[in-house]
Amino acid sequence: MTLPLRARRWAAAAALLPLAACDQRVQSALDPAGPQAERIRRLMVMSIWIAAPIAVAVTAAVVWAALRGRDSAHVPETPRADRRMAATVAGLVAATVVVLFVWMISDFSAIRSLSKLDGRPLAVTLVGHQWWWEVQYHDSVASHQLTTANEIHIPVGRPVLVTLESRDVIHSFWVPRLHGKRDLIPGYTNRIWLRADKPGAFRGQCAEFCGQQHANMALWVIAEPQARFDAWYRAQLQPAAAPADSTRIAGQKAFLGNSCVMCHTIRGTPTGGRNGPDLTHLGGRRTLAAGTLPNTPGHLGGWVVDPQGIKPGTTMPPNNLRPDELRALIAYLEGLK
Amino acid sequence: MKREAEVPRSALHADPAEDARDLRRLERTWSPERGLWGWLTSVDHKSIARRYVATALVSFVLAGINALVMRVQLARPESHVLGPDAYNQYFTTHGTAMMFLFAVPIMEAVGIYFVPLMVGTRNVAFPRLNALGYWTFLVATIFLWASFYANVGPDAGWTAYVPLSGPQFSPGKRVDTWAQMITFTEVSALIGAVEIITTAFKQRAPGMSLNRIPLFVWAEVVTAFMILFAMSTIATASMMLAMDRLIGTHFFNPAEGGDALLWQHLFWFFGHPEVYIIFIPATGMVSAMLPAFTRRPVFGYTAIVLSLIGTGFIGFGLWVHHMFATAVPWLGSSFFTASSVMIAVPSGIQVLCWIATVWDGRPRLATPMLFILGFLVLFVIGGLTGVMIASVPFDLQMHDTFFVVAHFHYVLIGGAVFPLFGAFYYWFPKVTGRMLGERLGKWNFWLFFAGMNVTFFPMHFLGLLGMPRRVYTYSPDLGWGPLNMTATVGAFVIALSVLVFFANVARSLARGAPAGDDPWGADSLEWATASPPPPYNFRYPPVVQGRAALWSRTPDAPVVTGLRTDKPEILMTTLLDAEPESRHVHPQPTIWPLVTAIGLSVLLLSLIYTPWGLIWGAAAVSIGLIGWGWPDHHRGARLEERG
Repeated sequence: MTLPLRARRWAAAAALLPLAACDQRVQSALDPAGPQAERIRRLMVMSIWIAAPIAVAVTAAVVWAALRGRDSAHVPETPRADRRMAATVAGLVAATVVVLFVWMISDFSAIRSLSKLDGRPLAVTLVGHQWWWEVQYHDSVASHQLTTANEIHIPVGRPVLVTLESRDVIHSFWVPRLHGKRDLIPGYTNRIWLRADKPGAFRGQCAEFCGQQHANMALWVIAEPQARFDAWYRAQLQPAAAPADSTRIAGQKAFLGNSCVMCHTIRGTPTGGRNGPDLTHLGGRRTLAAGTLPNTPGHLGGWVVDPQGIKPGTTMPPNNLRPDELRALIAYLEGLK
Repeated sequence: MKREAEVPRSALHADPAEDARDLRRLERTWSPERGLWGWLTSVDHKSIARRYVATALVSFVLAGINALVMRVQLARPESHVLGPDAYNQYFTTHGTAMMFLFAVPIMEAVGIYFVPLMVGTRNVAFPRLNALGYWTFLVATIFLWASFYANVGPDAGWTAYVPLSGPQFSPGKRVDTWAQMITFTEVSALIGAVEIITTAFKQRAPGMSLNRIPLFVWAEVVTAFMILFAMSTIATASMMLAMDRLIGTHFFNPAEGGDALLWQHLFWFFGHPEVYIIFIPATGMVSAMLPAFTRRPVFGYTAIVLSLIGTGFIGFGLWVHHMFATAVPWLGSSFFTASSVMIAVPSGIQVLCWIATVWDGRPRLATPMLFILGFLVLFVIGGLTGVMIASVPFDLQMHDTFFVVAHFHYVLIGGAVFPLFGAFYYWFPKVTGRMLGERLGKWNFWLFFAGMNVTFFPMHFLGLLGMPRRVYTYSPDLGWGPLNMTATVGAFVIALSVLVFFANVARSLARGAPAGDDPWGADSLEWATASPPPPYNFRYPPVVQGRAALWSRTPDAPVVTGLRTDKPEILMTTLLDAEPESRHVHPQPTIWPLVTAIGLSVLLLSLIYTPWGLIWGAAAVSIGLIGWGWPDHHRGARLEERG
């Protein structure tokens, strides 16, 4: 009894080998965390179950056909044999049509369940830039609106309606564990519904080639229970706290005295740049430069000094700072929780 | 099935000396002039097609090297073989060259070589135009690769989506290079299409009625019609892009009332048929080769012809399935899902007919046959993943990922390059007079088949694991490393198999076994003449008595006589029944297509730098065309003198 079981396990492991090779599935379409990705995963699995036997059968037929008649004495093709073959081919064509039709109907039924989710949605606008994501939360109260970057926090279980816009070229918003992709097209406004049914951090990545740093245009969707989401949101609404110690004060001075302010905003300081991401609560984010680097002081320092070395082509210019200035700036920015 | 003596006794001249003189005269009339001048002025479809194939193979190798370098870059996460700027040029040039400079032209070139032979005529319909087509294609090839190696290669993807490819986001001349190169290849592809349609419709041997046209010729004709419609669309689109970039129009600029999606519609209305423009001739090659290797006619001639025509029509109704992620309403996208699924039906019919042919025949597993069998397996896999991504939800996940990369390489390599390589082995003896080596051929096939699967099968999983295409790097945390490494190893196996192929060609050219007229015992007319064919193709154009022209030929089969030997005469026949209609004196070799092509190059290339290029270029083109049209009474006289 144990042997077949073990054999079966081995078979299952072998089948999954290519997938088991990866330890992280933060961006895998096969590991859904929301209803739409789950619905699509079911459709994909079904499609593979239809396609695989057909591929195997055709391969077997080709090999068998090629080998069976080899070296045989010539069988002159008689009209009767040809008629029989015609009937077989016609039958297989009919079977193909039926399979394709069933397949298509299951596609259509999957579409129906993807287009809209029930419930009052959280409204978020995502604006694509070369090569980062601007995230705007909407609220009927103007002071409750929020702009952040490269990270979308959402409450678990609540639908989110993401409005997609672009200010430059076409990008595509794709978080495989939640849903398929939708393009951000200049001149158009697109929408996509999402819902995360379990808490977690889901990686997404631009999926439409958008220029030099298309590869480094990632974002994270972070799904949290409603209470934690609310706390996060309240904290994000606050302007940046004024720096308390001398290093951070020097860091803020360095920020305000250098070219940073041309493009970035830190609410609570006299800055208003919109070309780059809002940095008001930079210290709380997981990554830097749209998923390019983990958010650590060392990486931040490297990024500020040499962005073109890390992300060639990025719109951020290199900054020639004194070492003490740089240290202070890092301390200040990382302190913006 | 056995080929009969070339000419029935009745057609010969009574006097052997007179007969030999007549043959010499025919030879002189059709031969190109000697030396470099003769090479530059040749209008023979065979020499032009050979140049097309050679030029396209250069692009195949160079674009393949691009692919290898990209695979090395992607083999490991965060490697630094290529920076983003170089990588983007590499993949853009890889795609552009493979599609525009390799796949489409080489499929047309094989048609330009074999359609006249298969329909039993002496040249294509418009031989000088044909020469112009090749010269423009050559300029396009040189131009693209020169730009690439000068580090100003296009970098916006072979699809060149606006606004990324527009003036604001792609300053410099890189995308202009792309747009003008596209225009060159359109000119050449359209010329090829006109040649093939006219030759196949008006120059068929007597007796080759519509229902006896070889399947390869049918495939080339359907493709040529698709080219007429698809290439005019991309011509419009690339010109609009060039105008946006060069003279400040705003077709695609949303800020000025233009539309960014308009480009995608125009591009894919060409781009999807493009896939079939590559694939349909390949199916024709399969149908052309199968009889020789199964020793029976292809099963289901009528079904296959109707499938080809059906594919040609439906192929124009799928383009939006490349745009499901844009903003297409659900109802509209469902239509395109349905048509995308529907096109699997004619392809399925063809596959079933081929399998039935093999099943019912006596297969001989020579190298071309192995490539056909490999094609069937790979193409069905690619077709099935194609039906998968015809589904909107499936596509929304897998669009623009490595799953799609895997899919279209299965379709394009499995579905087109495999039959093409089979066709190289099959027709190489006809073109050069020498056989390719079977042993190296088998190595070539098995390495290609294995390498193809090792490279592209893992890419399906990469797509499912979330890897988008066109990325120059990826983070090690995502777990894509091992599969990418596998794919890279496979790419080198493919490279090795291509090397084996070229070694085989070199070896065969040096000391290959002589082929004879008909080494495979095949059924179509190109095997009814010498290998390589003489400049006039057939001394006496054949008369066709059945669908399998050579197998159904009776010992007393008539031939066409009475064509002049002192002038290049061609027999024109009627469209439906190929009844003799008239004799047509063919144009002579001339330098003017080359001059016109140079003029056209002046026009298109200078346009990249200044709108005045239009004026200068128009003058240059006019010089070529005036020379071209200038009546030449002297050459005929010269010929008569020499005769």
